[in-house]
Amino acid sequence: MDSHKYKVVIIGSGPAGLSAAARAAHYSQEGSSHLLLEAFSSPAKTIFQYQKGKHVMDEPGFLDLRSPMEFVAGKRETVLQAWEDGLKNCEVNVQYETEVVSISGENPNFIIKLKNGNEITSENVILSIGLQGNPRKLGMPGDDESDFVRYTLEDPAEFEDKTIVVIGAGDAAIENALGLAQQNTVHIINRKNEFARAKEGNLNAVLAAINSKSNEFYCGYNTNVKSVQLPDGNGQNGAIVLDTPDGDKEIACDCIIARLGAIAPRRFVESCGVQFPNDKPDSIPDLDNQYQSNVKGLYIIGALGGYPLIKQAMNQGYDVIEFIHGKEIKPADHPLLEQQFKLLPYAMDAQKVLELYQQRVPMFRRMNALAFRELIIESNIVIALDEELYTETQKEEKIARNAGVSKLTKLIKAGDYIFKKGDYSNSFYTIVEGEVYLDSGTGKKFTVGAGQFFGEMSLLSGRPRKAHAIASSDCILIETSRRIMIKLMNSNDEVAEGINRIFITRALQGAFSPKLPNKELVQLAGTVEMLEFKANEEIFKEGEKGAELYLIRSGTVSLSKGNVVTVQLQSGDLVGQMALMGNPVRLHTAKAAVRVEALKINRQQFITLVKSNPDEIKVLQKNLAELMKNSNSMGSVVEAAETVSFLLDKGLGEATNALVIDETLCVACDNCETACAETHNGISRLDRESGSSFAGLHIPISCRHCEQPHCMKDCPADAIHRAESGEVFIDTSCIGCGNCETNCPYDVIKMSYDMPKKPSLFAWMFMGVGSGPGEPKKVTIDKKAKDKGKKAVKCDACMDLKGGPACVRACPTGAAIRISPNDFVELVDGR
Amino acid sequence: MHQNLLKYKHYRYLKLFLVLAVASIALYFSQGEDQPANGGTLQGYILGITSAFFILLLTFLGIRKRSYSSNMGTVEGWTSAHVFLGTSLLLITTLHAAFQVGWNVHTLAYILMLAVIFSGFFGLFAYMHYPRILSSNNNGTSQDQWFDDLQEIDEKIKNLAISCRTGVRLMVLSAIENTQLDSTLFKQLRGKDGSKIRLQSGSKQLVTNKNQEIIIDILSTAIPNSQKQAEASALNEILTLFSRRQRLLKIIRRTLQVKAYLKAWLIFHIPITIALLAALIVHILVVFIYW
Ligand SMILES: Cc1cc2nc3c(=O)[nH]c(=O)nc-3n(C[C@H](O)[C@H](O)[C@H](O)COP(=O)(O)OP(=O)(O)OC[C@H]3O[C@@H](n4cnc5c(N)ncnc54)[C@H](O)[C@@H]3O)c2cc1C
Ligand code: HEM
Ligand code: HEM
Ligand code: SF4
Ligand code: SF4
Repeated sequence: MDSHKYKVVIIGSGPAGLSAAARAAHYSQEGSSHLLLEAFSSPAKTIFQYQKGKHVMDEPGFLDLRSPMEFVAGKRETVLQAWEDGLKNCEVNVQYETEVVSISGENPNFIIKLKNGNEITSENVILSIGLQGNPRKLGMPGDDESDFVRYTLEDPAEFEDKTIVVIGAGDAAIENALGLAQQNTVHIINRKNEFARAKEGNLNAVLAAINSKSNEFYCGYNTNVKSVQLPDGNGQNGAIVLDTPDGDKEIACDCIIARLGAIAPRRFVESCGVQFPNDKPDSIPDLDNQYQSNVKGLYIIGALGGYPLIKQAMNQGYDVIEFIHGKEIKPADHPLLEQQFKLLPYAMDAQKVLELYQQRVPMFRRMNALAFRELIIESNIVIALDEELYTETQKEEKIARNAGVSKLTKLIKAGDYIFKKGDYSNSFYTIVEGEVYLDSGTGKKFTVGAGQFFGEMSLLSGRPRKAHAIASSDCILIETSRRIMIKLMNSNDEVAEGINRIFITRALQGAFSPKLPNKELVQLAGTVEMLEFKANEEIFKEGEKGAELYLIRSGTVSLSKGNVVTVQLQSGDLVGQMALMGNPVRLHTAKAAVRVEALKINRQQFITLVKSNPDEIKVLQKNLAELMKNSNSMGSVVEAAETVSFLLDKGLGEATNALVIDETLCVACDNCETACAETHNGISRLDRESGSSFAGLHIPISCRHCEQPHCMKDCPADAIHRAESGEVFIDTSCIGCGNCETNCPYDVIKMSYDMPKKPSLFAWMFMGVGSGPGEPKKVTIDKKAKDKGKKAVKCDACMDLKGGPACVRACPTGAAIRISPNDFVELVDGR
Repeated sequence: MHQNLLKYKHYRYLKLFLVLAVASIALYFSQGEDQPANGGTLQGYILGITSAFFILLLTFLGIRKRSYSSNMGTVEGWTSAHVFLGTSLLLITTLHAAFQVGWNVHTLAYILMLAVIFSGFFGLFAYMHYPRILSSNNNGTSQDQWFDDLQEIDEKIKNLAISCRTGVRLMVLSAIENTQLDSTLFKQLRGKDGSKIRLQSGSKQLVTNKNQEIIIDILSTAIPNSQKQAEASALNEILTLFSRRQRLLKIIRRTLQVKAYLKAWLIFHIPITIALLAALIVHILVVFIYW
């Protein structure tokens, strides 16, 4: 036994541990000893195991590095070399091939047991063993690590002319897949419909590979693994069976590489006495903001503490040593946090405010304090102030802005709208102080108070706001963008569940106005099932017996009789209520027109809901009668119903604002296209003649302003937004990556250079200069535009023009109109 | 939802037209006995100034149509008003002139106006009538697509022709080469099929292959006469392709023709408008000089 008692022992020499050890070495010169233990034969096993030549990224860009160890983005080899050098220069006391098997005791008497039987004693322990411990398995027969199923990939060059299935959507999966793609056929299997967790660079690269036609690189979105068939003998092909949106699919392959992330080496950590907030496999130990666990003197940093990036891990390594030595320093991203809270009326330190806020919101209370910190840094903090204070604070704001601060607390006036009914905004709001009034405009009013949240309806359904939200004075909100919220919901089940539960409760409230005590309603909501249907999946069939109804959460459902679509329904609408309100036999076939999420409500739940407020039954019956009437009038005119089927088929079911041309009126003058080009920098965003037609209706290639725009996902620059009035537009931050062009199923996004300026209309009319109005047939792109590169262009529904869409206003014959699905009945009825 | 330009805003401008008609007739008959109806009476002046104002308004459509970010109504609304006010001119100016016509510059303006108006009537007819024809003729396929299809068929035919005997092959190729789709507006309007074919290789003479009929005839007679199995089946395929080609060309020709109709009348309408404006200025000047 090593009789020496260390001031601090650091376990695991990843970026976190290395940085901590280097800082600790600094204090060793002052007589406080340190030791770094590493199970592997060299430092930073995780990084060592990256693919050869991998470009290691140093995100997040806005964060500064604070460590005696060097780290800049670059090749894996360079990064590792710098660390080896750093270890020597800083005189770090390190032992390799020393695996720790247990830790017991607490500050200042830790006993650390090693695999070789030795014991080490220490006052403090820093656990920085990362998450690589156990890779997550596929979870089905045959998934054991073998030559056929692998959980790591050391050298992609090992494979050549093979068919390889890579499972996963994270950085590791993407990097493996790309590495293999050069000399193999690669399928990458993504459970979700986008690569939400991937970092920018990887995201761009994988999408480019998927789009490129020159390599054998395929991607299955919304696809799960169903089973694995091991190869019969050596050298033989095995296979994988996938559950895809188009049904089951088998792929014969030479190898499966599953990169499903890893499970924290939780047992080990728990055996040290550290507690976890819940039993979920991805839960992260509870830490205070000095990274100390519930065991006094045991600190957890890096990936194990929930911070998945190298720079963050290194900063924490530095900071934690400072804390151990009693130095009260602020984390490296502290200034960002301070700016967020800058205009709030507190004298408190930003860190204190952060803690306070987390306690205020039950849903966030159990989040890892550090993850919450990140959420706050990425959100907006909004404060509503009374007139007088508002003007005063505005001055303060100006001073800060002049000092060059870009992101600050957001100021609004008390009593102002946070959003209005009908707005298409979709951020999510959490109230930390004060109240917000929600007013549906139809007499229903609610007040939401501190700790509660709102805005989840639009976040989840993509539909416009259903109520006005008005800020009371002095209320403080956390405004989180849809993108961040979706990320959080994907990575934190608890938050996802919390939001879902409230969504369901409020959706039930909206649909049935039950007069149940809140507790009972919440309880009932807890029993309601959420279902997901793929595009074209049947929800129920005509003639079937049904015992439940569905409340659509997102997407569009079409009802059809025979083969004829008679009605389409959208989020907030009920489907199949007839089965519970009279005839149990389904009168229609209900089908998801696009991907649909719906709540399933059974008879029991339905009865509880309507019994509590019998008046509401009349409303429901009235709505149902209306629906039946529409459905019958449509169903009786076969052409009309066929037309609606056509429109749904062309994606108008998910449209909010689509251009529809009546061919029987259109004189092919192309004035609409000309107008578009003239009002949009010389580039028309619509192609009138292309597109599809049916029964005299023509859907040109032009943006539909989808409810849940496909183009938005995977935009690395976050350049695509939805205006409050609903228009989906691309701002100037577009980096021209082309992802949106690929992701839009309707082919409406073009990549284009800036067009040269044109001579005026009069110069053209009277002097014949230039090519006249409209998109020029031949142009020479100037150098400046070339240097700037191609950027994505698409319709913005003329959101900046007072009169509205120029295409429609320029049409001399009334052939061009813009509609939303609500207008279908009128559109086809009037024909 | 879609509303044609006549019905615009529930016949707003038809209603205006009726009001104008009644008012101008009443105005005309209000001219007293002592001063016969004429452009020079008070009523005559009112009618004349109204007419001139309307003509300017109608001409302004050409500018409004090109003011793409203008908030001044919609182009459809402007066109609807244009059509009805234009028609009302027929009545208003006639009443202004009090049916006096002769060989003078006044009547020249009047006649030019009539020409513009009647070409406008044709335009209106075209706008109301041809889109439907275009729509059913195109049947959901765009003109570019038709041309792509045509090109694809031609490629296929050329490839198949390789396995035919020289005489037939050259004829097939010349039929493709000499297929004519008109490019000038005037020819498109006529819609005449000027396609030709060279029957004798080496000869300079081309004979008509209207509607691809000749080549189709030749092919159908060549099939039973072909000696080789391979050639027969190639010819058979070529024949099928030519039949599709025939149909395609018909559609394209019709599309071009209809589109030409939709455009051509404006080629009269606009220049005559300019002439009308000139004559009108002269009329007004003359009237003031000889007053
Ligand atoms: C394929 C891939 C690509 C990535 N790319 C990037 C990137 O480009 N940029 C970026 O910022 N981040 C990237 N990451 C994430 C980054 O690697 C991690 O965030 C980082 O390594 C976490 O550092 P850590 O110090 O917490 O843990 P690790 O780096 O995992 O280090 C843990 C160390 O502890 C050792 N250890 C474990 N258990 C014991 C034990 N019982 N006793 C002794 N030693 C033990 C391990 O051997 C290892 O050396 C990537 C991750 C992967 C998997
Ligand atoms: C500012 C508007 C106008 C004024 C002031 C005006 C004035 C007059 C006057 C004073 C006369 C009577 C001349 C006479 O008796 O010899 C006249 C006649 C006439 N005007 Fe106009 N006029 C106007 C617009 C128009 C327009 C728009 C047209 C048609 C295009 C038109 C067509 C005629 C004709 C055809 C006559 C009859 C000429 C004749 O007597 O032989 N005028 N106008
Ligand atoms: C004196 C009377 C008229 C004048 C001076 C006039 C003038 C014009 C002008 C300048 C244009 C613009 C063309 C362009 O720029 O493309 C136009 C278009 C048109 N006119 Fe007239 N016009 C007259 C009467 C009429 C009448 C009586 C009708 C029909 C009943 C008519 C129907 C049209 C139509 C359908 C258009 C095309 C609109 C479009 O495509 O935008 N016009 N006219
Ligand atoms: S609405 Fe505006 S941007 Fe969209 S197609 Fe029409 S003119 Fe272009
Ligand atoms: S660009 Fe495409 S995906 Fe985006 S909103 Fe328009 S139609 Fe939908």
